[in-house]
Amino acid sequence: MAKVIIPTPLRKFTDNTASIDANGGTIKESITSVADQFPELKKHIFEEDGEIRKFVRIYVGDEDINVLDKENTKVTKDSVISIIPAIAGGIS
Amino acid sequence: MNSISFSKEELERYSRHLIIPEFNIEGQRRLKNAKVLVVGTGGLGSPLLLYLTAAGVGTIGILDFDVVDDSNLQRQVLFSVDNVGEPKVEAAKKCLESLNPHVNLIVHNIRLTSENALDIIKEYDLVADGTDNFPTRYLVNDACVILGKPNVYASIFRFEGQVSVFNYNDGPHYRDLFPTPPPPGLVPSCAEGGVIGVLPGIIGSLQANEVIKIISGVGEPLAGRLFLFDALTFETRTLKVHKNPDTPEIKELIDYEHFCGLNLNGKSKNEDVKEITVGELKSLIDSNSDFQLIDVREEYEYDICNLDGELIPLGGILENVDKVASDKKVVVHCRSGARSATAISQLEKKFGFDNLYNLRGGILAWADVIDSSMAKY
Repeated sequence: MAKVIIPTPLRKFTDNTASIDANGGTIKESITSVADQFPELKKHIFEEDGEIRKFVRIYVGDEDINVLDKENTKVTKDSVISIIPAIAGGIS
Repeated sequence: MNSISFSKEELERYSRHLIIPEFNIEGQRRLKNAKVLVVGTGGLGSPLLLYLTAAGVGTIGILDFDVVDDSNLQRQVLFSVDNVGEPKVEAAKKCLESLNPHVNLIVHNIRLTSENALDIIKEYDLVADGTDNFPTRYLVNDACVILGKPNVYASIFRFEGQVSVFNYNDGPHYRDLFPTPPPPGLVPSCAEGGVIGVLPGIIGSLQANEVIKIISGVGEPLAGRLFLFDALTFETRTLKVHKNPDTPEIKELIDYEHFCGLNLNGKSKNEDVKEITVGELKSLIDSNSDFQLIDVREEYEYDICNLDGELIPLGGILENVDKVASDKKVVVHCRSGARSATAISQLEKKFGFDNLYNLRGGILAWADVIDSSMAKY
């Protein structure tokens, strides 16, 4: 089971859970298994056509899946998957 | 560079730098010779400016258009109670001058726009971005790319911080990481979502460290990498950032409010909704008119201050449509008027309401105009 780390802005959709164990052998399967547990999370990560949204990056370990095999990137039980959202805060 | 010299006072002040073998007087000369623009004089800008000034960066630009507010003092350690109501850049300058008289401080009491960004940034060697909104993030990035300036980036939200160095030696920039911004309302700003006060101190200090590394040429800047810090779990991660071959070439600055789905008064471009002023709302209340008042903020905001409206947070407004009256005037409000405009727009589009009015300026305007005893946040 890969571990998916949920960033702060999306934790309100996961009952404030910071990391979730995911089923599946690929990024798509893992993220989908988490999104199925928390449907509100799904629309923040995926476009309606199933593509990952452009203001969200998905990483396995320290590497961007876009330079690996994108959604089909393989994961193992030791993989740490990070969802990285754009955040803009700084001044106020 | 050898033409840069130091007075006795400066040598004594910077002595802890000068005795670091790999930094030494050459690193200090580079700092003194450098011009750094800090965009945003807030949570991140405070530690940035304090440390860059203390470290002896020769010329520092301070850019902000805002004034110091009580709610800034929880984390913006540049300012004190006496500064409330003053332009931030002026208050910052006073504080920094007393910290280090050997630094040239240039104030830009202005909002950075597509019209002025290139002219302002071109005078500096490097930009440190401590802004609080997506349009300015993309504007700073694009201007730095066009002008070939490194952009030391940091951003914070609640307990989480991000740091990176963009556009360094032709490395990746912000658009390589995030090609497009999230739609308005999806990611709350710090003003709506909150931030733990110490976090900008931590993240802004890391940002200052990257600025000093780049200028002095000491160490490896955080280029091509994104550092993440979660203050709640104390987990840190450093991820790789690559140039994205699909990122379009940036040739000119654009309308960033439009790019981010906003117009100038902060509403979504499709949210042309009917409005009511706080004065008109007061009249409705005083005349005991039959109307409904809905508050679309979160419960924890309602607990800070409220107008005794019915609390239906924006995230659940469509599911709770049965609580929204359709047979009388309904006034919808939030903190500043942006979320309530979104709520009305959603209700109108999905259910065809035509009796919804947005409270212009939100509860902040109420506190300003009607009830000065109400806490602003």
